[in-house]
Amino acid sequence: MEQVTEAPLKKTPLNARHRASGAKMVPFGGWDMPVEYSGLSIEHAAVRTRAGLFDVSHMGEIEIAGKDALAAVQRISSNDASKLAVGQAQYSGLLTPAGTFIDDLLVYRLAASHFLLVVNAGNIPKDYAWIAEQIKPAGDAVAVDASSRYALLAIQGPEAQNILQPLTGVELGTIKYYWFAHGEVANVRATISRTGYTGEDGFEIFVPPQSADRVWLALLESGQAVDVIPCGLGARDTLRLEAGMRLHGNDIDETTTAVEADLNWIVGWKKDDFVGAAALREQKASGAKRKIVGFEMLERGIARHGYDAYVGDVKAGVVTSGTQTPFLKKAIGMAYLPIEHTAAGSEFDVDVRGRRTRARVVPMPFYKRAK
Amino acid sequence: MAYPGSFKYTKDHEWIDLDGDGGRVGITDYAQQQLGDVVYVDLPEVGAKLKQGQSFGTIESVKAVSELYSPVSGEVAEVNTALKDKPETINKEPHATWMVVLKLTNPGEVDALLDATQYQALIK
Repeated sequence: MEQVTEAPLKKTPLNARHRASGAKMVPFGGWDMPVEYSGLSIEHAAVRTRAGLFDVSHMGEIEIAGKDALAAVQRISSNDASKLAVGQAQYSGLLTPAGTFIDDLLVYRLAASHFLLVVNAGNIPKDYAWIAEQIKPAGDAVAVDASSRYALLAIQGPEAQNILQPLTGVELGTIKYYWFAHGEVANVRATISRTGYTGEDGFEIFVPPQSADRVWLALLESGQAVDVIPCGLGARDTLRLEAGMRLHGNDIDETTTAVEADLNWIVGWKKDDFVGAAALREQKASGAKRKIVGFEMLERGIARHGYDAYVGDVKAGVVTSGTQTPFLKKAIGMAYLPIEHTAAGSEFDVDVRGRRTRARVVPMPFYKRAK
Repeated sequence: MAYPGSFKYTKDHEWIDLDGDGGRVGITDYAQQQLGDVVYVDLPEVGAKLKQGQSFGTIESVKAVSELYSPVSGEVAEVNTALKDKPETINKEPHATWMVVLKLTNPGEVDALLDATQYQALIK
């Protein structure tokens, strides 16, 4: 492999902990991150059946505050932030005027006029520059890149609440899905959010960077009885794919619109003008020519990001994500296909390194946890 | 897992178990650990002629697709077709799971391969 000289990789506050624990580290979005601890399949299964602990401190945090903060967020975020109560979060898109994805994000309403946007690690400078510029017309609102002020841990899986509860005075049972609360975790000031990127119940915990290691160790210790294990980005990717969650840079980017990505539910159709609104309304009215689908491979082989999709002999689309799911034990993925081939049950071929391999459109998510 | 002293190894993590002018080829325990769960192996046809270091197929795990490189020059005499349906045996028994049998066309190449001690030093 060739060594390419690049800017030094950034490190999360838990970097030394990952290295000391023998995690396999890889560069990801400019960060030196653990891709695997005990093994992708083992970690994946732990999250589905017990619990796994993730360091996602590489994620970016951008705060928007000021009298007109709501108007500012409404302008740059596709979803309708006016529906958020204080203490509530929503999934959304940061869109171009063409309705395509600069990034996807979570919008947290910290106070009536104070929002926290959690964005993807590799996009932080781009997102921040865009947001700072775009909110200017909104009036009295300022955006701050607060990424260095937060470490972010995710405890995910059916045992997540049982593991976290002994460490905090916050009554976790009262936090509903996509709500959050402030409190302490292991005597560290924290914001506890019932969110995640795995398709399981779980929490994402914002803590000051200097206390991240303490909280990490406390969670591992508290989860010892149920065999919680640290997990890397590899399992995070297979988990989110099973759950049908889009990955920016793979499934959504500046070439794909929210309508094409089948994310109409994160577009505030009824709210006032926002960046991308006109393009999306037009596309929704006239009908998108292509759409993202979930698929299963009918023959052995894994369709991966960038592989071509064929209908008959015609190159018709492209695979955006694909893996062999460790839990469902089948090869699944997402692809963009012409709208007439997107119905569940439609079959198409994927060019797997020169071999045409049959696939079938199936509804997403691939995996849904039992309630 | 032990690295058989009777095998020869490559820097690309293949092994060859020589027997006369032929040899069985597989990948090492270290390689399967790095790959993780193997889900697909694409192997050549019997009769394919390979040069030393040439790709003779691909191996796909949950994580990635990797090339398989021929340890020596030779002609493919046998292919382990059972791997098509049971690729996971590579994870379970890497040193007992051969992929192809090669009939060597330049046996002198063997001398440049690593022995078990050298290979284990490489992966340390």
